[in-house]
Amino acid sequence: MNKEKVYSLPKYRIAYPGLLCPGCGHGIMANLMAIVLEEMDLGEKTVHVGGMGCTGYVTFTLKVDSTSVTHGTGPAIATGIKRGLNGKPFVFTYQGDGDAIAIGAGALVNAAARGEKITVIMANNANYGTTGGQMAPTTLIGQKTTTTPLGRDPELHGYPQRAAELIAQIEGTCYSARGSTHNPANVTKTKKMLKAAFQKQLDGEGFSFLEVLTACPTDWKKTPAESQKWIEEVMMPVYPLGEFKNISRKK
Amino acid sequence: MGERIWANGNQAVGWGAVSAGCLHFFGYPITPQNEVTEWFASELPKRGGSFCQGESEWSVAAMLFGCSGAGVRAITSTSGPGWGLMQEVLSGFAAAEVPGVIVNIQRGGPGQGTTLHAQTDYLSATRGGHGGYKSIVLAPNSVQEICDFVQLAFYLSEKYRVLGIVLADAIIGQMAEPLEIKTRDFGPLPEKTWATTTMQGKRPLRQIMPGWVIKPYVTGMAEFQKKYEKMQSEVKYEAIQVDDAELVLVAFGYPSRVCMDVVEMAREEGLKVGLLRPLTLWPFPAEVLHKKASQKGVKFLVVEDNLGQMIDDVNLAVLGKAPVHHLGVTARHLPTGSGMILPARVLEEVKKLI
Repeated sequence: MNKEKVYSLPKYRIAYPGLLCPGCGHGIMANLMAIVLEEMDLGEKTVHVGGMGCTGYVTFTLKVDSTSVTHGTGPAIATGIKRGLNGKPFVFTYQGDGDAIAIGAGALVNAAARGEKITVIMANNANYGTTGGQMAPTTLIGQKTTTTPLGRDPELHGYPQRAAELIAQIEGTCYSARGSTHNPANVTKTKKMLKAAFQKQLDGEGFSFLEVLTACPTDWKKTPAESQKWIEEVMMPVYPLGEFKNISRKK
Repeated sequence: MGERIWANGNQAVGWGAVSAGCLHFFGYPITPQNEVTEWFASELPKRGGSFCQGESEWSVAAMLFGCSGAGVRAITSTSGPGWGLMQEVLSGFAAAEVPGVIVNIQRGGPGQGTTLHAQTDYLSATRGGHGGYKSIVLAPNSVQEICDFVQLAFYLSEKYRVLGIVLADAIIGQMAEPLEIKTRDFGPLPEKTWATTTMQGKRPLRQIMPGWVIKPYVTGMAEFQKKYEKMQSEVKYEAIQVDDAELVLVAFGYPSRVCMDVVEMAREEGLKVGLLRPLTLWPFPAEVLHKKASQKGVKFLVVEDNLGQMIDDVNLAVLGKAPVHHLGVTARHLPTGSGMILPARVLEEVKKLI
């Protein structure tokens, strides 16, 4: 009997025991990043910078050189690698929203301002997943988390951060977009954005940034299916999808 | 014989780094080490290296981690508050066993403190930040030693995959002396088989992780214990007229220069005074101090420009076998930040004790 291969692990993905919850968006992103690394022939040239928390679990599933040190420092580590190896390696981070835009906001904004030739991918799941569902900078108004038990109140907790829009207005940024992982159509669109962001780094244009909406069913206390629906109906009105910046300085 | 120039200690950091083949600097301006940052900013691009001014010492330490983790020699320098900001990442270096060289040109603390000399980071440097780890800590007392110790810090840092810290102070950093620029050869180093240099189709992937996910926690701790014990063999000190001394001064950094004068002045007056100067603050030369303390009638006077930090290590070495006295920041000749512990004041204390 002839068997046709219809699915296998992407070349740069490791079959690591699942540390992610059912319905979690990080698994989709891990696969997507591995596929894009393969399609763009980047796996052998990459040093990946892992984030803290659940995003760190993704690091273990990528079959590329990787490193990590502390919560929030991803873009700074990436800067050191890129400069130390004289611009040769392909360097990207995968960080959560707390990592990238709360504790690491300074590192992110300033790496963008310096126009570092690196790519930062930020997963936005509107809460701190690993630590048990506390408020994140991306938590929506009214959203209940363990540190906003009555819902996020702007008077007390401030407003959600729109990272892709924020990073887009920094001069050193050449690409900034927001995608989602809640359905196949959007995964395909996000893949295109990922490729565009990676290409900007390869072209030496400057800093590229991609924010991705990812589900966190466990801490949202929803089923995986409800979670994907919640992204579409509740998150997307606050976090619109699309490209916010795509420029070329080189002619 | 290398080229001889006139340089200050802060510039000597730069000469030491490039002599060790380090072409990457990540830094953030802070007094009293600004000449270090400025030296690298002007000199590295000429040599094909890179200079990056980060937005905080925290980020700078992370940049150093990225670069060193990629197997490329890099350095940073800072002082008091910046040193504090770096601590979280430095603990990460220790956990991930990534080498790295950091120069701390100490200023007066705590807090923002002064922008002038002091020795208030001794305990912080020798004890380390959160989590409990050990770093090689070197204490130069001249411009030449800054240049040489920066090179030694690279060597020891890579030999043991720990941090190499050069702990100087504003006086050593800002004073100028003749400097011989010379590459020091300390011997071969193991290949960096852990560095994240990209796979390039030649080898399996490498992961540098600052947490206990790859191996069990206690296994990792046991390995650290073994490594830290082995590092004890790197103890270095300078003993000046210690053998027959009835009073041994113990000092590092600028006060050790002061104490060298004190030994001469005291000997001229027939007083048996010596100086034991640790060159490595960690590992600490405890054994030689313990041995000396066992001699009958010996006393120790620790001279350090703080409220008493190294004295803890001297007491631990001496273990009550001899009296240990302290002369610190309150013995400065002026009440301001520019006051110094001067030889006459130390001699006065010596005469009280002997």
